[in-house]
Amino acid sequence: MTAAADQLAAPRTRVDPPRPTTKGRYTLARTLRYAALIFFLVVVLIPVYVLLVTSFKGTGDADPSRAWALPQVWTAENWVTAWTALAPSIVRSVAVVVPSAIIAAFLGSLNGFVLARWRFRGADIVFTLILFGMFIPYQAVMIPLTQLVLDLGVPTGVPTLIMLHVVYGIPITTLIFRNYYMTVPHELIEAARVDGAGMLRTYASIVLPISIPSFVVVLIWQFTSAWNDFLFAVFFSSSQNGPVTVALNNLANGALLQNYGVSMAGALFASLPTLLVYIVLGKYFVGGLMSGSVKG
Amino acid sequence: MLNTLRRVGPPLLMLAPSLILVGVFVYGLIAANFSTSFTDNHTAAQATGQKPAVFVWFTNYLDLLANEDFQHSLMNLVLYTVVFLAGTMVMGFLWAWMLDKPVKGEGLFRSVYLFPMAVSFVASGVVWRWLLNSNQGEQASGLNRLFQIVGLDALQNNWWNNVTFGIVAIAIPAIWQLSGYVMALFLAGFRGIPDELREAARVDGASEWKLYRHVLFPQLSPVALSALIIIGHMSLKAFDLIMSISKPANYQTKVPAVDMFVFKSSFDYANAAAVGSILLIIVALVIVPYLIRTNREEKR
Repeated sequence: MTAAADQLAAPRTRVDPPRPTTKGRYTLARTLRYAALIFFLVVVLIPVYVLLVTSFKGTGDADPSRAWALPQVWTAENWVTAWTALAPSIVRSVAVVVPSAIIAAFLGSLNGFVLARWRFRGADIVFTLILFGMFIPYQAVMIPLTQLVLDLGVPTGVPTLIMLHVVYGIPITTLIFRNYYMTVPHELIEAARVDGAGMLRTYASIVLPISIPSFVVVLIWQFTSAWNDFLFAVFFSSSQNGPVTVALNNLANGALLQNYGVSMAGALFASLPTLLVYIVLGKYFVGGLMSGSVKG
Repeated sequence: MLNTLRRVGPPLLMLAPSLILVGVFVYGLIAANFSTSFTDNHTAAQATGQKPAVFVWFTNYLDLLANEDFQHSLMNLVLYTVVFLAGTMVMGFLWAWMLDKPVKGEGLFRSVYLFPMAVSFVASGVVWRWLLNSNQGEQASGLNRLFQIVGLDALQNNWWNNVTFGIVAIAIPAIWQLSGYVMALFLAGFRGIPDELREAARVDGASEWKLYRHVLFPQLSPVALSALIIIGHMSLKAFDLIMSISKPANYQTKVPAVDMFVFKSSFDYANAAAVGSILLIIVALVIVPYLIRTNREEKR
């Protein structure tokens, strides 16, 4: 997993050997490639342009003919409205995401270690059974889940969502840690065992300290997926007690239906935390993505 | 006895919390969901337990599959999946292929192509609803207006408001969001191929096409399979984007996951559970063979 991420992070240094073709054709191919790369760059960034431009527009720019034009008058009004509407839900999102990411990462690390190192009969079956939980459509558990949450007496909103993100985060965190611990040299663990350390001691004193990179990957992954979750949020919270995705959807589809300026400013507020993580910790973010593919 | 306990005890203790949680919240609830889907629990009174629900076995499934509305949802799901898969695989491969060669500013291209992945479907849905506005001519905004500006007026269309193909419009933002992910997978795949392999093929006089056909593609096929499985199972769960761009009640963009939400909202728990189980079965048909295969390969 991390190996894949490293490979990805390292740009190719190999220089293609000169082709037996004429130099002209080679340059043409390269020009075409850059043209295509830049074209796609622009296409991918179109929604970003739209978001920024629309969010700074006032009512004077409402005419459809000005849809793609820059604002005639730049105004921060939409930003203020969006922030006032979303700020409480952003705080709740943080309250959901931080504890659930930490707990899920810790449980995943315990499982990953046991499943990678303790080769009991059926270990692979247990692992596969846990892994399946990552792929199920949550629609297939939603109806009894509402009943279970009711029976457990967990309040809707933040507490329920913490619980659900922990539980349904276990499969992916287990997967990432297991794949990582498979690469830890056997001798390291064996040495501890020979010294008489039990499984728990080995875990706490040897395995945990070398797991930091994996923890970063897992925490980022859990943070991003819980922050962006809408499905659990819409079933188990409202815009009064729910995370920012629900509040944003309410803002964009509710009373301010046609006020795109406000909803686009809100969309940026709702995306800023994950975008910051992506920009600052991009390498680890990619590491998490890679491990999403089972074989990593 | 005590020795066995000492050996098996700690690891079992470490696994226990997760095993119990996954056992209850995944497998227990799947079983409970099937059980609800076999009842006539269609009303609020039954959902809240004030009235008893009776087992009707497969009636709900048969009714759903015979229902034209639900057939439309399944058709939409197929269309969405095909377009989403084809779009992300083609774009992802193309980008990875271009970036695999030495490119100035590779990091920039890669970061920009991948960034939509960090954004939630709900947030991007806000922007895409604006872009996919169905107004045309004088009233056009969004992409339709952009088409007018660049002189491609003929491309204007009513996007997700088309009854038959509206769902394809919803696949466009999905492709925008996940092509970068497929690119990252393929790029890691390309870079995992040892340079010696290419060199050897070139020394043997293989043409560029033959190099791809016989050396690179076979090496990339596990990556392609992973990408297909991941994107495919995401596509089957499509929900967020539809909720944020369209409305749950909109016929033209509904898929089973949206139906499930609508049934649940109207306290028709039996049908909601049945739709959930149908989705589970479809996903399992794809995922289970994949998991078993991966498991086997690892052992070898």
